[in-house]
This record gives sequence, C-alpha cells and structure tokens, in this order.
Amino acid sequence: MKASRREFLKLAGVSALFGLGANAAFELLTPGALEASSEVAHGAAHGEAAAGVQAATRWAMVIDVRKCILQEDCQDCVLACNSTHNIPTVGNPKEEIKWIWKDTFEHLFPDQHSQYVDEGLEGKAFPVMCNHCDNPPCVRVCPTKATFRRPDGIVMMDMHRCIGCRFCMAACPYGARSFNWRDPRKYFEGKEAMLNPEQPTRTKGVVEKCTFCPERLAKGLEPACVEACKKRKSDCLIFGNLNDPESEVRKILRKRTSIRRKPELGTKPSVFFLV
Amino acid sequence: MYDLNKILVGLAIFLLFFTFPILYGMGSAVPVPKPKLDTPEIQKLTDKKCVEDTHFMRTSHMQFLNYWRDRAVREDHRTYESKLNGKKYDISLQNTCMKCHSNKKDFCDSCHTYASVKPYCWDCHIEPKAAKESM
Repeated sequence: MKASRREFLKLAGVSALFGLGANAAFELLTPGALEASSEVAHGAAHGEAAAGVQAATRWAMVIDVRKCILQEDCQDCVLACNSTHNIPTVGNPKEEIKWIWKDTFEHLFPDQHSQYVDEGLEGKAFPVMCNHCDNPPCVRVCPTKATFRRPDGIVMMDMHRCIGCRFCMAACPYGARSFNWRDPRKYFEGKEAMLNPEQPTRTKGVVEKCTFCPERLAKGLEPACVEACKKRKSDCLIFGNLNDPESEVRKILRKRTSIRRKPELGTKPSVFFLV
Repeated sequence: MYDLNKILVGLAIFLLFFTFPILYGMGSAVPVPKPKLDTPEIQKLTDKKCVEDTHFMRTSHMQFLNYWRDRAVREDHRTYESKLNGKKYDISLQNTCMKCHSNKKDFCDSCHTYASVKPYCWDCHIEPKAAKESM
C-alpha cells in the first residue's frame, strides 16, 4: 500500500489518541481494576499484607528489658536457640552466626538521642533477634524469594533457595542476619552430640536468622528462647498473637511503655521492648 | 604409503588405550542395587507401607520431596495425608523419612551411588547415623 504523507500523519494521530485513551477506557469500564491488579502483584511480590485485610495471626515478641537486666549473666535464651537450631559457636566475631543475641541499650537504640542514659539501663545487655517486620527490606531485595513474609508475619528463610548474595544482610537495618562463610558442620566436629537430630544445620554460603521457630509453633509450642526464659521463671520474653486483643502480648503492650528499634525507617518491627 | 607399520602399531595402541575402560569392566557387571528395608523401625510396622506406594516412591521421590519441602517451608502445611490409606504424616525429612529409613548407607546411598547422583540433602539435613553415633 502506498500512503501519502498526509495519510500517514492522520493514521498516526488517530492511533496516538487511542493509546492515550486506553487507560481512561479501562477506568470507565472496570473502575479500579487496573490499579488493583498491579497493586496485588506488587504486594504479593514483596510479601506485604494486603491493605485492609487482617490475618488471624500476627506473631510478635515482647522483651521485658527491666526484668531481663536483673538476670545479668543469663544466656539461657541464646543457648536454647543455639542448641535447638544447631547454631555453631564460631569464635571469630566477623564470621559469627547469631539468631538471638544480647547487646546493650546504647548499641541497640543508637537513635534514642539521650545524652544521659538511665543508670539502670546503661551498659546492661538484653536479647534481640530478627524483628519480623511488617515491611521487611530483606524480603524486598531477595532475588530468589528465599526470604519471604508469611501471612502470620514471620519473615521466613528458605535455605533451599538461598544463593548467598547477601543483599538481605545489606538491606536489614538491624544486623539480624548472619552469613555462613564456612561449612557450619566444621564447628561441630567432635561435638556431634551437641547437634539436635530433629533440625538441620545450614550449609556454606547461605544466610540465616531467627525464624520464630515455625516448626514449634505448628505443634502449639512457643519459640525455644521463650520456653527457656519461662523455665528460668524470669519471664522476660513474651510471645503471642498481636491480632488477638486478649493475647498476653497485647495485654502487656497496653499496660507498659514499649519501644521498637529504628521505627523511623518504616519497617514496622514486631519485636517490642518494654523499658 | 609411508610408515604403514608404525601407523598400524600406533592405531592399535590408541584403540587399546581408548577402549580400556570397557574391556577392563567386561564381564563384571555391577548388580542392580537392592535398597535394604530391614531397619528396626520398619520391622515394627504392622502394615509395611511408605507414605505412598513403592512404585511411586521409587520413581518420583525426588519430586515428592521437593513437594514436601515447599509445603512445609513455604506454605507451612506440615501434615501430609497419604493417598494410599489416608494416614497422616508429619512433613519432615529428618523426622519422618529418616525415622524409618534410618539406614542411609544401605537405602539412599545404594541407588544414588549406582546411578552416580549426588543429592545435597545431607549438606544441611542431619543423617540419622551421625546423630546416633553421638548419642
């Protein structure tokens, strides 16, 4: 077909008009559908909870700092976690693996710009772990979806998919993730009795972190750290469902003042500290 | 033709060298492995059945294990209902599969070595023997 310049320009103009009008036409015929579909895809891709829909369960941890600092040398929660999940003792702090660990108020809350820290808190260590954020930056950056957010709020690790790129470690503002620089089995050589035969170890080149013990939750048990703390009767760790207004965590959060780590980043942590 | 004798000798040596692996293994065929099923845990079972029928487990256990992995880790469904008899099992390699098949060497490895496949399950998952030795 031979088109004159005049005819070509006419056709191009009409096509452009159709193109520009397509979005408006969608809006007119099925209002909201276009935006909703892209939003759902986005939310699902990033593992975010759809707005307005509340899951039945939202697991959260409350750490009673006031009670915990009384138990100065206690490592029960850390040791319980390590032995349950076969976490090696590495020794070298640059390569250490930690799911739950103890640190001081000044280190954990550097944004609390008080020049004069409460004497009772100063230099005192209490446990921290993965915050299981509502808006987890680690999940957003993971290229293989090895880390993902479950509907009950747990930010889970799928070790089978982890390629060890460590984007999540760079993204996590809380330093809650550890990388296996070496085969962790190496640290259990000669100490095989310490391995928990019901749980796996990890392998070289994967990232790991606290998972709130989903295998225990499925059996109706509380995470290993909480159980260890209760066994000691110090009750510094309280675990429960944030979406149940009558749960223990909600009750104590109503009564006491709580803070979260780096709330200004908008990650919405679900680990609360009672100060 | 130049150097015919040298070429023929060279060819013969080459052929012998190249077919050596075949000639060496001739007549000594490795028998097809028979995975052992005589662990104490299996002996205890009255109805000696795996989670699904033997043929399916033999041909598709790899896909089935991947399915279990995804169900437990990604979807948090940790029980599996057998299509054989509706019996319920905990989805777990270490705590369900290996509870019965506690003889990894004579069960898993016997075929995997024969077929020269190297599954990396055991890089992370703890095989029952290692756990038993330490007890």
